[in-house]
Amino acid sequence: MLTNRAKVVVKKELSWSERIYLPAILQGMLITFSHLFKRTPTIKYPEQKREFSPVYRGQHVLKRDESGAERCTACGLCAVSCPAEAITMDAAERKKGEEHLYREEKYARIYEINMLRCIFCGLCEEACPKEAIFLTDRIVPSSFTRGEEIFGKDKLVEPVDAPIDVSARQTNDVLEFKKNKKFYHNLTFNDRQIR
Amino acid sequence: MDPILYTILLCVIVFGISLGAAAYMTWGERKLAAVLQDRVGPSRAGPFGLLQPIADGIKMIFKEEMIPTHSNRWLFVLGPCFFMLTACMTSVVIPWGSGLTINDTFYRMQVTDINIGLLYLLGVVSIGVYGIMIGGWASNNKYSLLGALRASSQMISYEVAMGLSLIALVMTTGTLQLGEIVRQQDGGFANVVYQPLGFLIFLICAFAETNRAPFDLPETESELVGGFHTEYSSMKLGFFLFAEYINMFISSAVMATLYFGGYNFPFQHELGLEGNALAIVQSLVFMLKISGFIFLFMWIRWTLPRFRYDQLMNLGWKILLPLALANIFITGLVMFFSGKLG
Ligand code: SF4
Ligand code: SF4
Repeated sequence: MLTNRAKVVVKKELSWSERIYLPAILQGMLITFSHLFKRTPTIKYPEQKREFSPVYRGQHVLKRDESGAERCTACGLCAVSCPAEAITMDAAERKKGEEHLYREEKYARIYEINMLRCIFCGLCEEACPKEAIFLTDRIVPSSFTRGEEIFGKDKLVEPVDAPIDVSARQTNDVLEFKKNKKFYHNLTFNDRQIR
Repeated sequence: MDPILYTILLCVIVFGISLGAAAYMTWGERKLAAVLQDRVGPSRAGPFGLLQPIADGIKMIFKEEMIPTHSNRWLFVLGPCFFMLTACMTSVVIPWGSGLTINDTFYRMQVTDINIGLLYLLGVVSIGVYGIMIGGWASNNKYSLLGALRASSQMISYEVAMGLSLIALVMTTGTLQLGEIVRQQDGGFANVVYQPLGFLIFLICAFAETNRAPFDLPETESELVGGFHTEYSSMKLGFFLFAEYINMFISSAVMATLYFGGYNFPFQHELGLEGNALAIVQSLVFMLKISGFIFLFMWIRWTLPRFRYDQLMNLGWKILLPLALANIFITGLVMFFSGKLG
């Protein structure tokens, strides 16, 4: 007896009152009856919302920088790191006069995340060298067709006038941590292959 | 009013009430199940989900209707119709109230007060299983057939005990007429005081006859997929499910009538109500009693696990049957020694 949790099983004859079941049935009915007065823990979703942890991993956002230009440079690291292969993108070269739109010379012309494939692991966020993609505490809305669940840039890029706060996921600690090349997952893709 | 016309009208009203009650029992069942399990239950269709039965009905009607190729088409359709028919038929002998007097004409609130009402009731209840039997057999599916077989053997086993428990009641009341049984309980004690054991047996048998948990072996989801209605879809399935609720409603009414004084309630004549007002209050009290039994049905369903098949048969033949016989014997003895016997 290592844990003291072993229980000696006694096979005893049922007493008369146990054999007619009725007392036991009444006991059970009283238990269920007491539940009539218990509070239901249900959260009625669209009207009520559960409180989220600040680091909840929900629908992604593609961030803009301080001047409002898209940060993503279509390097593809997020797509490579994605275990669910949910991300696809198509890169394009920045033209003259588009500097206010895209921060780097190369940008993502098309950037799509298939929300039905995504498992919200957050590896894309971890892989991104440009601090461009983040997961937010928004719930991905349901839809009637599968096509609607493939989110393009129209749904992913944050609006210029309404930036989405990701400071909870991007604390200074996190930024420091991401710079530290000692950790395998902070290496860029090519470095990882060499090791 | 023409008596025949009035009877037809009364039939329509009684059917309407039992169908409406059954519809809202489906809502009540889901709501109660939810509350007993600390959930919310139907709450989206209308306030408190009160329109849920209508939504369910519409859904059932618009589902695709499928008749399996290897089934016996004619019997396959007949099954649910028959089940529904017998479920509705029992309601005609139940006295829903003492009757109204309008413009010096007496309007009774019982479709027919035949003097063999109790026998009629037992007869209709026992042909009720034919619907299940026919439907389960015609489906040409082993699960359906097993469910149907279980249903019929269960019905036969429990009908014996049920009939015997009623015999003791007939001995004390001396009549088979339901209206008379109710009138006898006016003023005195309800029959349950004289027949507690008989009532218990009848209650258990009523659970078994309506295929309710813990006796829902004919449709055990865990072993027989859906039991006798595995192959049914659309409104034919709806009929089966719906008829179960009508059965439940009617057996609650029967129990209230036979053992709990029907529409009578204690001190009803001391209230100062007369005639029609009293009759209406009585009918409402009757509905309250029925609701109480329905609550009991649902409460038990969400408390007890299902019996095993051998336990079911043991209970029926080895416990309830001897108990019912003993009940008759004791009733006879008591009546003999108290000098009530002729
Ligand atoms: S959260 Fe994970 S699964 Fe979803 S897109 Fe990012 S890497 Fe892929
Ligand atoms: S890793 Fe970042 S910068 Fe690279 S493609 Fe993905 S989101 Fe854009």
